[in-house]
Amino acid sequence: MRTSRRTFLAVGGLAALALGAGGAWYRATHDTEPQRFALDGEARAALHAIAPAILDGALANDPARRERQLGSAIDAVEAAIRGLPPATQEEVQDLFGLLALRPARRLLTGVPTGWESADIAHISAFLQEWRVHRFAMMRSAYGALHDLVLGAWYAQPASWDAIGYPGPPQRLA
Amino acid sequence: MTARIPDPIAAGLQRGWKVLDASTLAQDRTLEADVVIVGSGAGGGISAEILARSGLSVIVVEEGPLKSSRDFKMREAEAYPQLYQESAARKTADKAINILQGRAVGGSTTVNWTSSFRTPEPTLAWWRRQHGLAFASNDELAPWFVMAERRTGVIDWLVDPNQNNDVLRRGAAKLGIATGAIRRNVQGCWNLGYCGMGCPTNAKQSMLVTTIPAALDNGATLVTRARAERLRLRGQMVDELVCTALDADGVLPSGRQLRLRARHFVVAGGAINTPALLLRSRAPDPSGQLGKRTFLHPTLISAAFYDQRVEGWAGAPQSVYSDHFLDVDPIDGPLGYKLEAPPLHPLLLATTMSGFGEQHAAAMRDFAHMGGMLALLRDGFHAESPGGEVRLRADGGGELDYPLNDFLWDGARRALLSMAEIQFAAGARTVQPAHEKAQRYRSWAEARREIAALPQRAHVTRVASAHVMGGCAMDGDERRGVVDPAGRYRALANVSVHDGSLFPTSLGANPQLTIYALTARLASGLAASLTGRPAAALA
Repeated sequence: MRTSRRTFLAVGGLAALALGAGGAWYRATHDTEPQRFALDGEARAALHAIAPAILDGALANDPARRERQLGSAIDAVEAAIRGLPPATQEEVQDLFGLLALRPARRLLTGVPTGWESADIAHISAFLQEWRVHRFAMMRSAYGALHDLVLGAWYAQPASWDAIGYPGPPQRLA
Repeated sequence: MTARIPDPIAAGLQRGWKVLDASTLAQDRTLEADVVIVGSGAGGGISAEILARSGLSVIVVEEGPLKSSRDFKMREAEAYPQLYQESAARKTADKAINILQGRAVGGSTTVNWTSSFRTPEPTLAWWRRQHGLAFASNDELAPWFVMAERRTGVIDWLVDPNQNNDVLRRGAAKLGIATGAIRRNVQGCWNLGYCGMGCPTNAKQSMLVTTIPAALDNGATLVTRARAERLRLRGQMVDELVCTALDADGVLPSGRQLRLRARHFVVAGGAINTPALLLRSRAPDPSGQLGKRTFLHPTLISAAFYDQRVEGWAGAPQSVYSDHFLDVDPIDGPLGYKLEAPPLHPLLLATTMSGFGEQHAAAMRDFAHMGGMLALLRDGFHAESPGGEVRLRADGGGELDYPLNDFLWDGARRALLSMAEIQFAAGARTVQPAHEKAQRYRSWAEARREIAALPQRAHVTRVASAHVMGGCAMDGDERRGVVDPAGRYRALANVSVHDGSLFPTSLGANPQLTIYALTARLASGLAASLTGRPAAALA
């Protein structure tokens, strides 16, 4: 936690710049149709690493089940993003572009190696910093990850048992 | 069971309603009518029925899809993308306020929680005194309220409140704080609790099942999945509205265009889309007030956990309110707030609850025992509460910049304190304000101390809104209002504004009924002036 705080102090106003650059880089290096959002490569790896920290306590412990749950949650995040207006999709793409960009990842998240090897504790630490960060942009980046992942998770009927929600009345659903 | 619920939309389509889903267009189209109405929500729906019954040909254009009871499956994952602006994730420019607005035929009335309040008298008095709106009085508006309430089935809701609302009633009573029962626009309501996802039994008397069908039965044309791009101006007149057809998902342009030509244009897209359309159209703005003074009833949220089950997802979502904290200070003093309860459903709740990981999961595991409370800040009556401004993004979309200042944070802090006190008085075990630095507090004493010390900042304090108002203020003085007291856009001869963007301030109450009554009055005046005969009444 302490290391990433120092990192943030060093980053200062560079954050905004990095976010824009991350998006531009991501768009430039990804040959998708301009308005068709796709999470792939490092961006998908980032989400695959971040989602377990956000969903800690909700995901199953059994590794195989956990992996399946994560996969469907990430697909649901992707589907949710595609329902957003193009301008918002672009902002989300900027965020994931930033997370996919190695130097930005190191600078802003303090995650030293690739996303595949990042552990939950480290990711939770940077999320904790982002949520109350002194830069509004970092707080809103946290908010986007929070809402996308938790929204996608609890939208799925498979997650309702654990929270005691019976779902909508059967006779009409 | 489902098969036995009559579907008024399917029946109307079978009767031959003129409905054009723009996503199916194979080529560009031009349509013509006496009046084009942008938006099919509270303002557009009421206007459509009155104008169509008065003998005028009408086209209503809606950006969202036409859905009906058989489509409403009470699942958030389907309802938000289909029925809400920006999948229910619309936000202010700095992302600090989440805004719920409808985007489907019926607009927000298709997905609102049915709370039906007449405009509070102190607000009307303020409009008379400060904004030169002489008609803004109970006496003058009463017939319009009566007409709107009859049309939308507003009734005293005599069913017991659900636990989530009863908490507000009980806790407030313990503290000597008055509460009231909320009137609702429903007929034969099943008390399911899923109003926010579209009513699966057509009990809610939204525009979707009342005025829009009536307008279509009177020959109006409904165009769906078409975004109003810009009004084409010729001097002080508008001769057509250019619309972009959307794809079947309602996200991207399909590449087709519609041109809607008319004698008169009624803009009723809600208080973000209406000013945005006028800004995109480069409508003259001599007062400089277009898009300014946009209000939100910025809303604070407090969760509480009880020993007994609350099941906040079930039963009429809003049935108890308190105006106690609107009356503590004068209307132009420190911000007052109205207290209500929100329905609790997993997706909306999970995104609203602060924190992540085990802390968040633990709160969610207590879902059935959780109660929610809302405080709506009455913005717009004080110099320190100027609201926000709708402006255009680079891609031409409208966005609301609503800065949060210390005056507002003072109201937020008091509101979080009031809600926690009421929740503890009602027997809460723990209370957790929707705030990134808040914990689950175990007593009122602890909560009072901790909440008073919480830093109030954008994103750190969770703020939401379901009531966007203003931005095309109606004012007796042309230097202060872009719209005159007849609802006419002052700088354009054949444009009217008929939605919540007319309000010169917020209301201090849920806006649907005020929009109904106000636009019924304005649409009747417009119909009379276009036909030379008295307007027809709402059914």
